[in-house]
Amino acid sequence: MSVAILKHGEIVADRWQSVAADASPAHIAECMAAGGPLLLPLPLWLSHRAELDPRRAGVLLVAEDGLDAVLPWLDDIPLIAIHFPVFTDGRGYSLARLLRSRHGYRGELRAVGDVLRDQLYFLHRCGFDAFALRTDQAVDEARTAFADYSWAPLGGRGESGGLRHNESVE
Amino acid sequence: MYRYNETDQRLVDDRVVQFRDQMARFLDGRLGEDEFRPLRLQNGLYIQRHAPMLRVAIPYGTLAAYQLRKLADIARRYDRGYGHFTTRSNIQFNWVRLEETPDILAELAAVQMHAIQTSGNCIRNITTDQFAGVAADELFDPRPYCEIVRQWSTLAPEFLFLPRKFKIAIAGGEEDRAAVRFHDIGARARVAEDGRIGFQVFVGGGLGRTPMVGQCIKDFLPREELLNYFEAILRVYNRYGRRDNKYKARIKILVKDLTLDGFGKEVEDEWAWSRGGEGVIAEQTFRDMEAFFARNDLPPADPADPIYAAALAGNRAFARWVERNVAAHRDPGRAIVTLSLKKSGSPPGDATAEQMDGVAELAERFGAGEIRVSHEQNLVLPHVARRDLPALWEGARALGLATPNIGLLTDVVCCPGGDFCSLANARSIPVAAAVQQRFEDLDYQFDIGPLELNMSGCVNACGHHHIGHIGILGVDKNNEEYYQVTIGGREGTRAAIGKVIGPAFAAQQIPYVIQRLLEVYLALRHEGEIFIDAVERLGLEPFKTRVYGGGA
Repeated sequence: MSVAILKHGEIVADRWQSVAADASPAHIAECMAAGGPLLLPLPLWLSHRAELDPRRAGVLLVAEDGLDAVLPWLDDIPLIAIHFPVFTDGRGYSLARLLRSRHGYRGELRAVGDVLRDQLYFLHRCGFDAFALRTDQAVDEARTAFADYSWAPLGGRGESGGLRHNESVE
Repeated sequence: MYRYNETDQRLVDDRVVQFRDQMARFLDGRLGEDEFRPLRLQNGLYIQRHAPMLRVAIPYGTLAAYQLRKLADIARRYDRGYGHFTTRSNIQFNWVRLEETPDILAELAAVQMHAIQTSGNCIRNITTDQFAGVAADELFDPRPYCEIVRQWSTLAPEFLFLPRKFKIAIAGGEEDRAAVRFHDIGARARVAEDGRIGFQVFVGGGLGRTPMVGQCIKDFLPREELLNYFEAILRVYNRYGRRDNKYKARIKILVKDLTLDGFGKEVEDEWAWSRGGEGVIAEQTFRDMEAFFARNDLPPADPADPIYAAALAGNRAFARWVERNVAAHRDPGRAIVTLSLKKSGSPPGDATAEQMDGVAELAERFGAGEIRVSHEQNLVLPHVARRDLPALWEGARALGLATPNIGLLTDVVCCPGGDFCSLANARSIPVAAAVQQRFEDLDYQFDIGPLELNMSGCVNACGHHHIGHIGILGVDKNNEEYYQVTIGGREGTRAAIGKVIGPAFAAQQIPYVIQRLLEVYLALRHEGEIFIDAVERLGLEPFKTRVYGGGA
């Protein structure tokens, strides 16, 4: 079953198959045999890493997982998904910033879980480029969220961190 | 003062459009209550006891006269003709209509103001010393740094959903007038021996349910690393602060759990990566920011001006007002004037639209068009020539803003309490009024001398009761309002948290309890010793004994 996600601002079908944390070994084996790209929770990803095709195995992180376990493999991981248990849990924003800025991760970074339209602009600014929205969210309407601001926030980047001190307006 | 550039203006304009859309979706049911709540809070909008309340940001407590006029205009057109200045130097409108709040935000954006992050679990309004830039004891003006931190923290995408609210204060004076050690991050101006400019940084201070004095995490932080270092602290907090219990979610609990050393190591690790990198603030940025705040446009003023000298010698009421409400400016020909919002009979911190307009006019006539809001909930004109003081005093008297009580007992710091706030356990305004009425006699107040009385209607401590020399906290006992009394709290370099003197009192007992505390002080004080110093020397016992009798 394919669901629509937002990726790089467009609605696309999700080609990744999610494997549940409590999936049976038989089910996992079946999924792996099917050969499609799989998104696995960190514990499963770690325990099956040797058998997986690295280019077709994504990892799903919850905030408690931290980043240490995936850091050695960042060049090979095509997809990291970060789970938001509730949209007000901001830990995923920092994980995204760390992955992109400090650790230079270049693959797909996807927000999953309680992901809502009104947070997309800020999630995007922290480095997420794909979003599996909560099922009640109108995906087509949510696309406009990336244009909520024509201004770009600071974040310790660019010249003087982009601080504003010129061209005052009356 | 800082003036918005196109980017700042675009930000607040975009914000209005976004919030208007969110409000429309909420009103027609497309956006649920739970989803809307953090969005409206980050725009300063609370749902209160009687009506929605809108809290408008006054960054580092600085207002231009035209901005204060706009606040008066909003009070008149969208509220009931008044506003309440808060202990975070913001202003609250208590009677706004929900559906009109996007219009109010649009009005604010037109004068370079907003309500962004005045509530919610994010970085709140940056506060500073109300005498910043003019105080005689200042190492350097903290406002350029406040503005830099304001820009960085405004809609900082990584930090909009922290475990809990986050408050930052930056002070420049030898004396700490910004209570930096009671903030999640507090920074104090420092100049190193080699002349480098920087800050001493405190972390984990705060009031509320679990009051704590902030601890020094960095003795000297070079100014160019300010944002890198703050970001490191925020990131550690965002990742590891508790989210399972909102009463244990402030950074002070994390610092306590990890210990200062443990927390400091995490911050150092984070900072080691960003240090010296793209987030370093350029020298040119400091120079440009400083230029916004420098007032090189003020004409010279005579310290020994004859008009001022004559009024001082010939008018006792004026002299008293000067003694209490006028502070030293770094230019001896000028003075810093505090306009008291603590007149007996009106709620502490409240100002009517007429008073706001009046203050704007006084600021334009006598104060270079600039107004400050103090965290003690008064208004300050920072640039008054001594020659103009008598005329200003007359003008302030006409507005009911010349009560000569700054720093005295009736200069009560007080939250809106149970009359407005849905969090409150007890009312605070009527108790403040009873105290002001009881101790209205100025001779008595002047004899008592400096005394800070702080009152909060609940443990959230918006009235900063823990740091009052005398603190009063409203509590609920079987659905009845009671008031717990603390003494010994203070802000500043000798920061301390007040101690509870014993069982709580009914509202009508409070003036009497204060009377008793003052009697002990008057009987036992040394020559020149102020109340708080006497409490420190004597301890709680003599005060307890006098209030509760021998058996307590």
